[in-house]
Amino acid sequence: MLTVNEEKKTENHSSASQVAVECRDVCKSFYEEIKDSRSWKNLFLGKKREVKAVHQISFQIRRNEVFGLLGPNGSGKSTLIRLLSTLLFPDRGQLTIFGHDVVRDQRQVRRFINRVSVEASFFKKLSAIENLRYAARIYGLNTSEGERKALSILRRLGMNEDKAQTSLENLSRGMQQKVAIARALMTSPTLLLLDEPTTGLDPKSKRDVQEYVEEVMETHDATIILTTHDMDEAERLCDRIAIIDHGKIVAMDTAEGLKKQIGTASMEEVFFRFTGKSWEDVLADENTE
Amino acid sequence: MKIQNELNAMYAFVERSFDLVRRYITWEIVFVFYNIVNALTIGLIGTTIKNQEQRAEMILYLVIGALFWGFMSVIFEEVSNSITWERWEGTIEYTFMAPIRRITHLTGMCLFAILYGLARTAIVLVAVASFFDFSLQKANLIGALLVLAVASPAFIGLGLIAAVLPLLSPERGAQATHIIQGIILLVSGVYYDVSVLPAWLQPLAYLSPGTYALQAVRKAILDGAAITSLWPDLLALIGIGMILIPLGLFVFSTAEKYAMRTGKLKRNG
Repeated sequence: MLTVNEEKKTENHSSASQVAVECRDVCKSFYEEIKDSRSWKNLFLGKKREVKAVHQISFQIRRNEVFGLLGPNGSGKSTLIRLLSTLLFPDRGQLTIFGHDVVRDQRQVRRFINRVSVEASFFKKLSAIENLRYAARIYGLNTSEGERKALSILRRLGMNEDKAQTSLENLSRGMQQKVAIARALMTSPTLLLLDEPTTGLDPKSKRDVQEYVEEVMETHDATIILTTHDMDEAERLCDRIAIIDHGKIVAMDTAEGLKKQIGTASMEEVFFRFTGKSWEDVLADENTE
Repeated sequence: MKIQNELNAMYAFVERSFDLVRRYITWEIVFVFYNIVNALTIGLIGTTIKNQEQRAEMILYLVIGALFWGFMSVIFEEVSNSITWERWEGTIEYTFMAPIRRITHLTGMCLFAILYGLARTAIVLVAVASFFDFSLQKANLIGALLVLAVASPAFIGLGLIAAVLPLLSPERGAQATHIIQGIILLVSGVYYDVSVLPAWLQPLAYLSPGTYALQAVRKAILDGAAITSLWPDLLALIGIGMILIPLGLFVFSTAEKYAMRTGKLKRNG
């Protein structure tokens, strides 16, 4: 008899050919005002410049794959995540999730996805339980079932029930991020968008979250897109990694494949060779934001 | 099952908003205190009238204006600020990517606004009634409540239209909603009859749902008018509501699409 993990792996083989996410020539530009450009000639509306946040990006992600996105600040990672989250419309190209177009089939796509973002997006005066109950209701879950699932995830991540009753503003960032993960997984998403889930966490919380993501991959039918600032994390968790710079994917392969392309043993060197930016500079940029 | 899910989702917004009211209880105490003081101050203007009978009527006239404006302001503000609030808390992206219909989201917010508005108005009413010596013997209170219920959709429609402003302009939108609110206050005869307005402002008075609502509430409370004689105003309110609710939903959904094209649907402006 097969164990859950073995069953999962067998299923994974059959589902490996299934495409979870397909991104074809997707472009997204924003228009930002040029500083001091307001004058009576343009009715004080100012002049705008086009910023190409995502430019002709194409890739496919297989079902049950963990797909990493690495890139410096302003490279287009967050725009891509927001396009996948149905919060942005692409200007050109097509983006499908399990065969559903993110613009045309917005509601169907939303049933498949959930997201953990770098900032804790909660009602911070409310407790974890109150936030989770709200999430359960808007995702169409039975609230008691949702609460039970969320509490079991929180226990697994080392958070007890008393903490779950505390207002979120009184919890550490690590604890808040664990609640965010419980909230996302409570809805059993088949596409999980993890937008820097471990940034700013203490080492223990970071390890807890990484171990839990690995456990999710073993036990859930989930495809994961992970953006991270931790090279070790990307190597450890991701089946494939895309390096994105100036809105374009400049490299995409397994961590080993990327290292082989450059002829190095270090992912930081890989990043430097493809983007021209050192990883330390990228981290410094993030810290000064 | 699908309907049950939508109702459950709608209730999520009501429950969450009341949870927030409970958690921000000190703010609530301050808001209610200000509402009470405001209603009392306005009512006291009526005491300057010498004739005793006219004085009592004027106090009631002014207090009705203050209470009714308080109720409608709460509805308008709660609906129009729902986007600002989510942006401020940082939950706007999470709420907008949830698999629910926008109409469910907005109906939930409107339902909360009505319940919350009723609760706040009831508290102010008790405080004001215990301060002034009201005679409500001939008042048709059921008629007045019916007017509140019938007027709410029209104000919700206005709130939905105003909610678009913070969606389109994260920095200035919330402040801009006060312009709409201020115009309604000016032209609706909250503390005076609309006949005193300059001729060029009068047409706006007849477009405002506040005018019909206040006329009807005053007829019901001051004159004890029966529901049958309130019908012209109630029909006007129903008509305005029937136009403003679909218009508000259409404007909101158009603005949401615009925000998704331009990237304005995000937490930090």
